[in-house]
Amino acid sequence: SEQAAGEKPHCELQRTESCKVQVTAEGGKGKALCGEGRPSSSCVFVVRKDQDIYIQTLRKLFNESHGIFIGLQRSEEEFAGKSRKTQLVQVSKNYRSVIRACMEDMHQAAVSARDPALHSQYSTQVSILSAMELIWNLCEILFVEAAVAGPLLLRLLDWVRLHVCDVDNMVREVLSSENPSKHELFWNVVDVFVLQGRMDEARHLLSKEASANPTSVNMCRILDDLMKKMPVPSLGNTQTLTEMELKWQHWHEECQRYLQDGTFASNSHMESICKILLGDENAILEKKELMTTWYHFLVTRLLYSHPTVKPMELRFYAQSSMDLFLGGESSPEPLDTILMAAFEFELHQVIKECSIALSNWWFVAHLTDLLDHCKLLQSHNLYFGSNMREFLLLEYASGLFSHYSLWQLGVDYFDHCPEYGRVYLELHIERIPLNTEQKALKVLRICEQRQMHEQVRSICKIMAMKALRNNRLGSALSWSIRAKDAAFATLISDRFLKDYCEKGCFSDLDLIDNLGPSMLLSDRLTFLGKYREFHRLYGEKRFSEAAKLLLMLMTAHIAPCSFWMTLLTDALPLLEQKEVIFSAEQTYELMRCLEDLTAGKSDKQKFQDDDVETMKVEMLRLALARNLARVIVKEGTLEGS
Amino acid sequence: MGAPAALQACPSSLDNRISIWSVGDLGNVGLNGEYQGEPQLLCDIRHNGDVMDMQFLDQERIVVASSTGNVTIFRHHQNNQTLSANQRWEKAHYHVDRDASCGGAACTGVICSNPEIVTVGEDGRINLFRADQKDAVRTIDNADSSTLHAVTFLRTTEILTVNSIGQLKIWDLRQQRNEPSQIFSLTGDRVPLHCVDRHPNQQHIVATGGQDGMLSIWDIRQGTMPVSLLNAHEAEMWEVHFHPSNPDHLFTCSEDGSLWHWDTSTSVSEKPSFLHQGGRSTTYFSHNTINQSVVSAWLSNDPTKDRMEITNLIPNQTLSVNSLDILGPCLVYGTDAEAIYVNRHLFA
Repeated sequence: SEQAAGEKPHCELQRTESCKVQVTAEGGKGKALCGEGRPSSSCVFVVRKDQDIYIQTLRKLFNESHGIFIGLQRSEEEFAGKSRKTQLVQVSKNYRSVIRACMEDMHQAAVSARDPALHSQYSTQVSILSAMELIWNLCEILFVEAAVAGPLLLRLLDWVRLHVCDVDNMVREVLSSENPSKHELFWNVVDVFVLQGRMDEARHLLSKEASANPTSVNMCRILDDLMKKMPVPSLGNTQTLTEMELKWQHWHEECQRYLQDGTFASNSHMESICKILLGDENAILEKKELMTTWYHFLVTRLLYSHPTVKPMELRFYAQSSMDLFLGGESSPEPLDTILMAAFEFELHQVIKECSIALSNWWFVAHLTDLLDHCKLLQSHNLYFGSNMREFLLLEYASGLFSHYSLWQLGVDYFDHCPEYGRVYLELHIERIPLNTEQKALKVLRICEQRQMHEQVRSICKIMAMKALRNNRLGSALSWSIRAKDAAFATLISDRFLKDYCEKGCFSDLDLIDNLGPSMLLSDRLTFLGKYREFHRLYGEKRFSEAAKLLLMLMTAHIAPCSFWMTLLTDALPLLEQKEVIFSAEQTYELMRCLEDLTAGKSDKQKFQDDDVETMKVEMLRLALARNLARVIVKEGTLEGS
Repeated sequence: MGAPAALQACPSSLDNRISIWSVGDLGNVGLNGEYQGEPQLLCDIRHNGDVMDMQFLDQERIVVASSTGNVTIFRHHQNNQTLSANQRWEKAHYHVDRDASCGGAACTGVICSNPEIVTVGEDGRINLFRADQKDAVRTIDNADSSTLHAVTFLRTTEILTVNSIGQLKIWDLRQQRNEPSQIFSLTGDRVPLHCVDRHPNQQHIVATGGQDGMLSIWDIRQGTMPVSLLNAHEAEMWEVHFHPSNPDHLFTCSEDGSLWHWDTSTSVSEKPSFLHQGGRSTTYFSHNTINQSVVSAWLSNDPTKDRMEITNLIPNQTLSVNSLDILGPCLVYGTDAEAIYVNRHLFA
């Protein structure tokens, strides 16, 4: 894919020239071939989902690095100056140790995998992680720590020692043998130590050679002495660079003298070591197989020819080292290009190359964020408005959202993208599948904490509808209360009332009897609560209170008009009681309600009313009239009402 | 929790697993001679659906509640360190139509008292199972019109449930009628309750945790409202547990990423000191109570005498703490960052 880092789409595209269209599914993660829309083009795109997030061992990487990322964002302005740099270097080391831990796990998984395909997948992952750590480590030295001339070389030596492990087996073999100096690979191991600047270990082996081979004792002593005296840059402030350079110059001349005197002429191994100490490129190059990489060659060269190299001088040495080492036989690999860009201090180039080479955004997103905190990235905007750091974080986090569990990490990443983070979050969060209530609650909490009110309402509505469809009216109400959704609460109340009309009794009394203050969320809900209260009062034979409540429901317009008929019908048994319950005033009110109700109907409706309707109205009129008669008499008598 | 082993499950779909880990350090050499401090994975097994809740039935068997509505008993074979599915009740919880493909409702809570198992779910249903019996002993359909979030035993024949409209209900399983014997509810807003636990020794004291992070202490012998309301977390309280052998201590964990240790051992000089990295933040609380004449520290009403020490056990909180458990000096909890933490020196 030859697109620039800033334009990389979420999925990988490979251009193929083909006219066929095929869809294949690979183990549940679909692969689709899609043709492009333009009729003149015959290109087909192969699209596949980002699979890395599903690899078990990488999840640890994502989770742990999330913690480090958050820690870094929160630590923003606590320190300044030198302590800030120390802090940032520590963060970088933390990231690297997480990578290494994953490498370990992945290695274990590869070793114990029985399926060869799985084994090869894990092994590939191990080498990718190893490469990532290699690059990150170099970036830490050059950019985060910004090592100066002197310590720079020491750091690079550490870096090489840590990452060139191909020779470890050989070293172990020789060291653990009975007679190391007799081992056929003995001198190879000494060479390795010298090339990596591990003088003490080289001297230790030389002493074994000295004791085993009396003829070479003299040579060994001299070589040992040279190695002991070799000046190295110090980390502290014990000497200035000039002092060191001076000492080194003297030492270099001394080595030169011994070589020219032919001191080591009888032993080709030691002679070649002496040449290496003098920084002889050819001599060093002869040991190509022991160095295995051009950057090892680079560091060895620097150690023995220019130990006080300045950071800005690295690029020249790097380029020539690579050319000399590869010698035109092979071309640079992606890893080589990335490292070269780092030596050249081309940060943007490093990020771009890594984006192209790696299959997911994890590495570039976190590294760029760290570099941004080191104030190393210019904030020039990419053409669509956000800067490099934000772009990469957005891409990474978006990738996380397609995972059923890692999406929670993505939320925090979006939070720290000031330009577009919020809008990305708003779009993604609505699309998380809510298969359990607990998940929905987590999503809601995230939305509420960020004042994303529209999303809260939307999610609550979805959950409430689901509950309603499953006949879980209490759950549905609970969701409406959370969203303060009066409209939905009305919907639920209507459902209850509908159930009541159909069955003649209330379902879910435990809910309606215990509405509490949530009753006030919607008028209909209030009505439902009060209506149930009316029934309760009636059941407890507190008729006058029930009557008062019933009337209030209509006169205060709490009851919906559609329900008035039911209410009036409920009034019937109260009207038919032996004792008079409704006062005259109340009876007039009831009559007025009835007339309002019937007057509201057009003639056509009256015609369509079936017999039951008409009979009900008739019965009501009769009952009301009778009640009125009784109550007038009662209220009119001298004994009082 | 069995011997020196703790329990963990990854709460996600597709590749959910039930895992058994060993955190023993008493002379147990790790399998590869590794550092014994780290929990070692002993065995694991695939699980269908999210793990919503789980509990040990006995030394070897674990009951697991799934988001698919299934309830499964797994057996841990200690001789060869494997797990196997021992028994399963399919679609123990379902909506409306049991046979519909989308009819599954999550089983949200499970509690065991060997051999009885009680489960509750999003369908508002209560099931009573018996290990080794294929069919449910008793099912209360539509026990609740809202989601039941948690269940615990009150007495051997009585259970407590909490639901999403803020009610705590007592059910008497001896009685045949499908009604709760008592209903308690919060004052004010009907905030959903997510977890419930009963005091190990004094069975009338019950603690519940709500969606607003509030801890409520109830005395179920008296009244229908909580005795104390303690403002605790900033988000849903997922679990609350009394320490089984040291019930003056209570633990709660929440969506806000904190895990609180509530200590009511009132005498200040006797209080245990808690050693853990990262320092601690403590607050002294005197909670508002209703007049009670009970002995327990949880229900005490003397504000000067009764001071509760509350400690957040997590120094750098990020994502939700979903679950916790305690046994002796050992505390285990799991977070949404897909990590389990073990603290083996709670009262050091």
